[in-house]
Amino acid sequence: MLDCGLDMTSTLNFLPLPLVQSPRLSKLPGWVLKDGSTFLDKELKECSGHVFVDSVPEFCLPETELLDLSTVDVILISNYHCMMALPYITEYTGFTGTVYATEPTVQIGRLLMEELVNSIERVPKAQSASMWKNKEVQRLLPAPLKDAVEVSMWRKCYTMPEVNAALSKIQLVGYSQKIELFGAVQVTPLSSGYALGSSNWIIQSHYEKVSYVSGSSLLTTHPQPMDQASLKNSDVLILTGLTQIPTANPDGMVGEFCSNLAMTVRNGGNVLVPCYPSGVIYDLLECLYQYIDSAGLSNVPFYFISPVANSSLEFSQIFAEWLCHNKQTKVYLPEPPFPHAELIQTNKLKHYPSIHGDFSNDFKQPCVVFTGHPSLRFGDVVHFMELWGKSSLNTVIFTEPDFSYLDALAPYQPLAMKCVYCPIDTRLNFIQVSKLLKEVQPLHVVCPEQYTQPPPTQSHRTDLMIDCQPPPMSYRRAEVLTLPYKRRYEKIEIMPELADSLVPLEIKPGISLATVSAVLHTKDNKHVLQLPPKPPQPPASKKRKRVSEDVPECKPLKPLLSGSIPVEQFVQTLEKHGFSDVKVEDTAKGHIVLLQEAETLIQIEEDSTHIICDNDEPLRVKLRDLVLKFLQKF
Amino acid sequence: MPEIKVTPLGAGQDVGRSCILVSIAGKNVMLDCGMHMGYNDDRRFPDFSYITQNGRLTDFLDCVIISHFHLDHCGALPYFSEMVGYDGPIYMTHPTKAICPILLEDYRKITVDKKGETNFFTSQMIKDCMKKVVAVHLHQTVQVDEELEIKAYYAGHVLGAAMFQIKVGCESVVYTGDYNMTPDRHLGAAWIDKCRPDLLITESTYATTIRDSKRCRERDFLKKVHETVERGGKVLIPVFALGRAQELCILLETFWERMNLKAPIYFSTGLTEKANHYYKLFITWTNQKIRKTFVQRNMFEFKHIKAFDRAFADNPGPMVVFATPGMLHAGQSLQIFRKWAGNEKNMVIMPGYCVQGTVGHKILSGQRKLEMEGRQILEVKMQVEYMSFSAHADAKGIMQLIRQAEPRNVLLVHGEAKKMEFLKQKIEQEFHVSCYMPANGETTTIFTNPSIPVDISLGLLKRETAIGLLPDVKKPKLMHGTLIMKDNSFRLVSPEQALKELGLAEHQLRFTCRVHIQDPRKEHETVLRVYNHLKGVLKDYSVQHLPDGSITVESILIQATAHSEDQGTKVLLVSWTYQDEELGSYLTSLLKKGLPQ
Repeated sequence: MLDCGLDMTSTLNFLPLPLVQSPRLSKLPGWVLKDGSTFLDKELKECSGHVFVDSVPEFCLPETELLDLSTVDVILISNYHCMMALPYITEYTGFTGTVYATEPTVQIGRLLMEELVNSIERVPKAQSASMWKNKEVQRLLPAPLKDAVEVSMWRKCYTMPEVNAALSKIQLVGYSQKIELFGAVQVTPLSSGYALGSSNWIIQSHYEKVSYVSGSSLLTTHPQPMDQASLKNSDVLILTGLTQIPTANPDGMVGEFCSNLAMTVRNGGNVLVPCYPSGVIYDLLECLYQYIDSAGLSNVPFYFISPVANSSLEFSQIFAEWLCHNKQTKVYLPEPPFPHAELIQTNKLKHYPSIHGDFSNDFKQPCVVFTGHPSLRFGDVVHFMELWGKSSLNTVIFTEPDFSYLDALAPYQPLAMKCVYCPIDTRLNFIQVSKLLKEVQPLHVVCPEQYTQPPPTQSHRTDLMIDCQPPPMSYRRAEVLTLPYKRRYEKIEIMPELADSLVPLEIKPGISLATVSAVLHTKDNKHVLQLPPKPPQPPASKKRKRVSEDVPECKPLKPLLSGSIPVEQFVQTLEKHGFSDVKVEDTAKGHIVLLQEAETLIQIEEDSTHIICDNDEPLRVKLRDLVLKFLQKF
Repeated sequence: MPEIKVTPLGAGQDVGRSCILVSIAGKNVMLDCGMHMGYNDDRRFPDFSYITQNGRLTDFLDCVIISHFHLDHCGALPYFSEMVGYDGPIYMTHPTKAICPILLEDYRKITVDKKGETNFFTSQMIKDCMKKVVAVHLHQTVQVDEELEIKAYYAGHVLGAAMFQIKVGCESVVYTGDYNMTPDRHLGAAWIDKCRPDLLITESTYATTIRDSKRCRERDFLKKVHETVERGGKVLIPVFALGRAQELCILLETFWERMNLKAPIYFSTGLTEKANHYYKLFITWTNQKIRKTFVQRNMFEFKHIKAFDRAFADNPGPMVVFATPGMLHAGQSLQIFRKWAGNEKNMVIMPGYCVQGTVGHKILSGQRKLEMEGRQILEVKMQVEYMSFSAHADAKGIMQLIRQAEPRNVLLVHGEAKKMEFLKQKIEQEFHVSCYMPANGETTTIFTNPSIPVDISLGLLKRETAIGLLPDVKKPKLMHGTLIMKDNSFRLVSPEQALKELGLAEHQLRFTCRVHIQDPRKEHETVLRVYNHLKGVLKDYSVQHLPDGSITVESILIQATAHSEDQGTKVLLVSWTYQDEELGSYLTSLLKKGLPQ
């Protein structure tokens, strides 16, 4: 199974979870059907023309019905965003296999999960709405609730014990490490350049190679650059995790982010940056580190609020081996690779586990707050939206591309606060994809259907799709795709003793053949050929007679024959071996050789020889051996 | 026959100056490039002229691998690459790459600046040398060229220490460097998978030692330090800046905290702080406990241990000082030793192995009067303690590693000849593999007998494994195929496919034998009797009676005709192909015996 991601956009249909009692949210009116029935007004609330589910937010799981997940042997994880559904799979489907991921992926993935669990568990919600999910009821709801897919599959968040159990099933791997799976295939993670420890995977046997390219970046940010060379010679390249915002240039967005931030703060407003606790935030902090002094922001406090803020900042400094060259060089000095260490040391950046506790004492405005969750449905960000939403001095800057910012803001409307959308998505865009495909030249490309046509909102932009030859094979949710190649060979090892016993015969110039009769041993999908064991010698005297009476046990295979028999020479040979009355008759297709005394007839044709004789075994064997002299064995 | 050749240029029946040449399947690899602490002349570096007399080293060597940052494993590297001249790749782990140049620079300073030697490598040479280094991750398969690949395994010992597997085709060598099979306070234990190398080259520093439990040694160490400090004495612990130092610092730090002790602990040299920093940044290379807790409390931020100043050595009162280098052969540790040696209240604790010729080695072997520079005699009255905190595997650990890796041959380096001899016997007895211990300059040749990989057509393999799935799987199954050898490619296919590929037609050889049996009944009755008879005898075969009156046994055809002259005799025509000869011949002899009445 390739990756195990969680669709969190489902949470956008829910009301935010406020950290402190929010009078505004609690006063929202219940939703009433057109016919006036109010049976859903406890579950659904209306806010500025949108309807939200008033319940613990739920997530959309990967498809679990299509196949029996207990038959999955291995899960390969490409980056920490793509493992968020892991506890659902490893704990509740009978899955008993192994998960493979790099160390940073696991450590940061754990932080993301911890933050998620924490932000949901700290706001216990009595209500769990389920009535609206009834198919008959859902039909009556306004969009987007009406169109939400697989709502019966939506699940509440997992718990920390489940996270720990899931993570304990992960086997850590390093880039370019070759991992044997059951002796049948080898998988290898390669740097994908997108995030700390993010990987593409190569799945190969001795003859076939499938590359799984997911969430890759060619831009120079903090992670190790993408390893493209190793993707060459793929039979199939599965391509997914491209940029969600193909029209935005990440560098430009970072510039816009900084200038909007500076402008707001200079005007005395606060800046809110909804973000994940790891990833782009490192790059943003690095930009700000270079930017704040020149922009005159040295006295503005930067706050990073997350239950895992400290861990995230600390972990980022210890993965030197997974960082880009520049950062690695710093570690050799030895200095921390990320400049946020200095921001923390100089008190410019402060981090807190939550808004409660120390933060409330230190809190000074105007300030910049980085906090989660980017969906604006849970986490400390909800508090700041409520606190700052009413003033037009403040700005919320969206940098994470996973959620539509308009949908994210919907339950906070009407809003006076400025909203700036600077999505920073460093993953491959379509120009980079076509460059990459030209470079690595896979025989076939497989990708999600969306990538094979322009975005629905910009149908004229034919440049915003994958363009390659042969055209990519596309797939949809729950579709089964057969990959276009046929396996023809497998590796087998010939033991040295057996190799020594082989007798090669040159058939054509440069081509030799040897017939091999050997014992095949297969263990862990590795095949070895050994010399056949010597047949046990039958005890000389008594048994001798019985041998012929025994039904032959296993018939040793005889080789195939090829060639043709020159009649004249054959007759000469017969005569040499004591057959004196040889007569030859021509037939339409060849000859018949008659041995009159022995009442034997040998039909010889181009591709066949037929010996017809009385039941005289010594005679038959003699004739057989004479015939075989003229033929080649295979 | 393919062979692997190994020649130690250093560390052959000796500790120090590790440098081992390996030739495997036409590739030449140099393992480590160390210096010898016991010598100050030419002998301190390996004799690289052995590799090639007049050619360039780069042409001869495919790569150089450095196992860890200790100078007896990398001290000759700048000399080798910059002064002798080597431009090929040098592989080491990230922490080794980070720390190695610092120790080299330190070594250069002591040799050139303090001892005034000339014709030694320069700072620039160290920098240029490090530019040739390629850093590797643990378990990463590094493709040196198309055939040669190397892979690093965790070795414990010091930060970043690695064992390396060198592999060409299906032949492989594992070189351990220095390793430790038991986790200590800051590092984990060495680990390798069952990679079954043709040859395992292992260190054997503690070939004959089986160490008591680590806890006991630690308790002993703490007790001795504590007692000395209590009676107002000074404790000198000569260490190398990275490695044991950190382990012992963690030990003392926790002890001081627990016992609430006030005596100062110092750590000499400016390296310390830097060294601790490396440990913080490369925390993923430390043991599990430190890695797990580092966010809450970084074990390498010490509260009780302060930087040492030269003037402190003359301060009255008790103190503990960690000073470099570890074998008391030069530098600050030797200076402090000279100052404190005369007082019996003081103590020096040697926590590691000392190479012959060093002051450390001398006092450990009981010498109490030392001749120092300028004929001065130094009398040692202070207590001398030895405590093995070296992170080398002991005899038990070496045996354990051999069990883990399952090598076909073992070769010992980095140890003393006498002790090696003992271990060699033990290994040969216990594992029934050959064990070698070449001296420096002596070449050991190991013959490998690799099996030959060929491509088998999936059709043939599936046919064979399908047979293998029959109930009696234990019985070996014979498989039959044709090996096609063409332009160095080997393919095993079914004979039919081989014929087809070569454009050859099959020649069918068929036999038909006449068997006469006495049976007065009608033909079809005879046939039925034959059929029933065969069916009864050949239980495991498919025997069929066809509508046209013939019988088949597998692919063998039996037809009956009346004898032209004798009505009481029937002639059975038994017909089979060459491929079914066994069965055909068996059937004729069976039928010849007649039918049961």
